[in-house]
Amino acid sequence: MPKQIHLAAHFPGVNNTTVWSDPASGSHIEFASFRHFAQTAERAKFDFLFLAEGLRLREQGGQIYDLDVMGRPDNVAILQALAAVTERIGLAGTVNSTFNEPLDVARKLATLDHLSAGRAAWNVVTSWDEFTGENFRRGGYLPKDKRYLRAQEMLATAQALWDSWDADEVVADAAAGRFVRHGDAGRFDIRSDQFAISGRFPVPRSPQGRPVIIQAGDSEEGREFAASSADAIFTRHAELEAGQQFYADVKARLAKFGRRHEDLKILPAATFVLGDTESEAAENARQVQYQQVGPATAIAFAEQVWNRDLSDVDPDGPVPSFDPKTSDDVDSGAHISKGRASVRMFGDPVAVANEWRELGEREGLSLREVVIRKNGRHTFVGTPQRVADTIDEFVQTDASDGFVLVPHVTPGGLDVFADQVVPLLQEKGSFRTEYEGTTLREHLGLQPSPTTVAAVSVEA
Amino acid sequence: MTLHLAVALDGTGWHPASWREPGARADELFTAGFWVDQVREAEAGLLDLVTLEDSFAIDTDRVDHVQGRLDAQLVALRVGPVTSRIGLVPTVIATHTEPFHVSTEIATLDYVTTGRAGVRVKVSSRADEYALFGRREADAESRESLFDEAADHIEVQRRLWDSWEDDAEIRDAATGRFVDREKLHYIDFEGAHFSVRGPSITPRPPQGQPLVTALAHVDVAYRLAARGADLVFVTPGGVGRDGPTGDAEAILAQVRAEEAAVGRAGDPLHVLGDLLVVLDDGADAARERLRRLDETDGAGGGPGLRSDARILTGTATDVADVLESWHGAGLAGARLRPAVTAHDLPRITRELVPELQRRGLFRTAYEADTLRGHFGLARPADRYARV
Ligand SMILES: Cc1cc2nc3c(=O)[nH]c(=O)nc-3n(C[C@H](O)[C@H](O)[C@H](O)COP(=O)(O)O)c2cc1C
Repeated sequence: MPKQIHLAAHFPGVNNTTVWSDPASGSHIEFASFRHFAQTAERAKFDFLFLAEGLRLREQGGQIYDLDVMGRPDNVAILQALAAVTERIGLAGTVNSTFNEPLDVARKLATLDHLSAGRAAWNVVTSWDEFTGENFRRGGYLPKDKRYLRAQEMLATAQALWDSWDADEVVADAAAGRFVRHGDAGRFDIRSDQFAISGRFPVPRSPQGRPVIIQAGDSEEGREFAASSADAIFTRHAELEAGQQFYADVKARLAKFGRRHEDLKILPAATFVLGDTESEAAENARQVQYQQVGPATAIAFAEQVWNRDLSDVDPDGPVPSFDPKTSDDVDSGAHISKGRASVRMFGDPVAVANEWRELGEREGLSLREVVIRKNGRHTFVGTPQRVADTIDEFVQTDASDGFVLVPHVTPGGLDVFADQVVPLLQEKGSFRTEYEGTTLREHLGLQPSPTTVAAVSVEA
Repeated sequence: MTLHLAVALDGTGWHPASWREPGARADELFTAGFWVDQVREAEAGLLDLVTLEDSFAIDTDRVDHVQGRLDAQLVALRVGPVTSRIGLVPTVIATHTEPFHVSTEIATLDYVTTGRAGVRVKVSSRADEYALFGRREADAESRESLFDEAADHIEVQRRLWDSWEDDAEIRDAATGRFVDREKLHYIDFEGAHFSVRGPSITPRPPQGQPLVTALAHVDVAYRLAARGADLVFVTPGGVGRDGPTGDAEAILAQVRAEEAAVGRAGDPLHVLGDLLVVLDDGADAARERLRRLDETDGAGGGPGLRSDARILTGTATDVADVLESWHGAGLAGARLRPAVTAHDLPRITRELVPELQRRGLFRTAYEADTLRGHFGLARPADRYARV
């Protein structure tokens, strides 16, 4: 049997990948959209549904950024509701480790796992910035260099809490008058850099024991965090060679944490555009790119590089000839764009501007066309057969263990993939035709959670 | 005018021995089916709403009592898609939660149920609950300060719900704008316990403002309800931490006095009386049931049934009589706490409800689609909208 592909479906996000101007684009907030999307992914036997999180509306130039789809429900809340209208698919929510407390998060994920019969996953993200912090009790209290320390301690704490009830603690034996075996289940006492908490965790052990852990973050610290503690990693490395390098890098880190190669699944984000022929697919892809980067978006993206107002620049004219304004540290709050994970992608704005200018001059491209080239690339473009072949090649050559697919239209953007690509992957024998297990751990081929201990004491 | 009827769900029921009763399904307490079936039973009885109790701490170490619970908000969310008319009101502990998160969670519940979300805001003063969060000391907080914080919590939730005007999403292809940012509002809340900038990440929910509720036994709690809630649960003939709470008329007078004192504008509070019910075919049978339940609990050294709300052992007709007299005293209705959910909830929906209907005191079909609608509350204008 060939290596098995794992697929997740990312509900279209709050960024310009999502095309809202398309006539097929529906509501991004009504439950019916989420239900349609989740049921499509389940019909196609995907491993899990994935939702991203952003806890503050993004801003640019001191104003709310108004060009992209925005407005979304609470992550875990909507997943819990989707558990009522799906049966097998995993439900992965993104929950920040800075602006939450471990007891609350652990309780919510354990509840999601109970009330979905073992399908919960937590994508641990680490946004720590003061800008987001302005919506929470403790504003910008966490220095950047502590974001992974906090995430690590948060996760270790959550896992200790999940492990604090034995699987057979609840007996509910009415005749014997015994609800629990011990009177003291869930007891914990945790003292670490970030936390000093004690008491009893209120939720009995959930079906998966520990919900599946996903990590998204690319730095050295992020990779170490994933290798030490995550079951899956959500990455942006979706090109064959870069993917193989990333894959090898992260998998090589597992051994020092006593983990096996197959204990961590590597799942890059991937977009796709299909067509009946290669040229039709290419034309479709071009059209989607123009939808994703309209004139206003092209200017907005250029402003992120130039770090200044460019509203008087013509998007259909050349790349500006003047240099960007530089600020030494884009995290310092000086940057015009706030609340975006991608800001750091423009590490050296002057170099990026030069690159854009050269590309424009060399190929006679307008500013908008350059932005499209730089930002609007789709991962997979082609006939269903070509896309299925490519996905399979990535997985069989260890560029990934599968993909988190990000359609660009809500809620129907996944339908065509489910109908046309998935059957071809199934024909190859590298993707399931039926769910074999009931829990997300089983779908992902992960080992069962470690067995539990009755009393937990952690000290750092 | 007809009365409003709610049921308070807590585990297998409010009697500590309830889990040992036939049909209690205690072994399913942590599964979805258990909660779905209970709420559907309440919906079959045309009830206005169910509340779901919550607490972060486990309040017993007795092995013969239920231990453990699920997050009430998520229970409501799991039930939402498989019910259609009943209001869902989970408990939220203001003291230990982020108002920003709670606001988006309740808004999400409102989207999932297309307008049936409410929230019951609770204050925590338990030291064991504080220790679970490790952020502050229980002793360091005065009761006034805790209730002020809860009022701020409600205020932030409400401002965030309004922070997107209804028509903020414009999808204007000509300018490439998805929203009209003039219709998104910073809430700029600054309080003693937290400051929140906004706007919400979630658009204005279907009801505009989901229904905010609180349970109150004392002035400071009546004041909290008067400041921020739409609905308050009170305990006529019950006992609070400060002693007896008084009868329905006395409590109602206190509630109205607090409303006047805080200068409440708009709709007056809907006041529902809490009643813990042990029901049977006759009063003797009901008393016998309670005696037996207490004995079962007592055999292991348990305390038996204790309650802040008045306990009624009797028939559905007896309950109807109490509700009718409360109604006469000016209460809008009642929230019933079933001693044994498996036994007493069907008695409420299949005996009490028909009895109230015979007396012309309760609806014979749902008339509204939203929880606010059940209480005759209009969808409010957005506080930030320019008229
Ligand atoms: C593929 C990917 C997806 C991410 N999704 C989210 C998200 O939904 N919400 C969020 O707050 N941060 C998200 N992040 C940000 C990370 O959690 C992290 O804060 C950021 O990448 C900085 O960490 P790093 O320096 O290790 O990359 C994502 C990152 C990556 C790489």
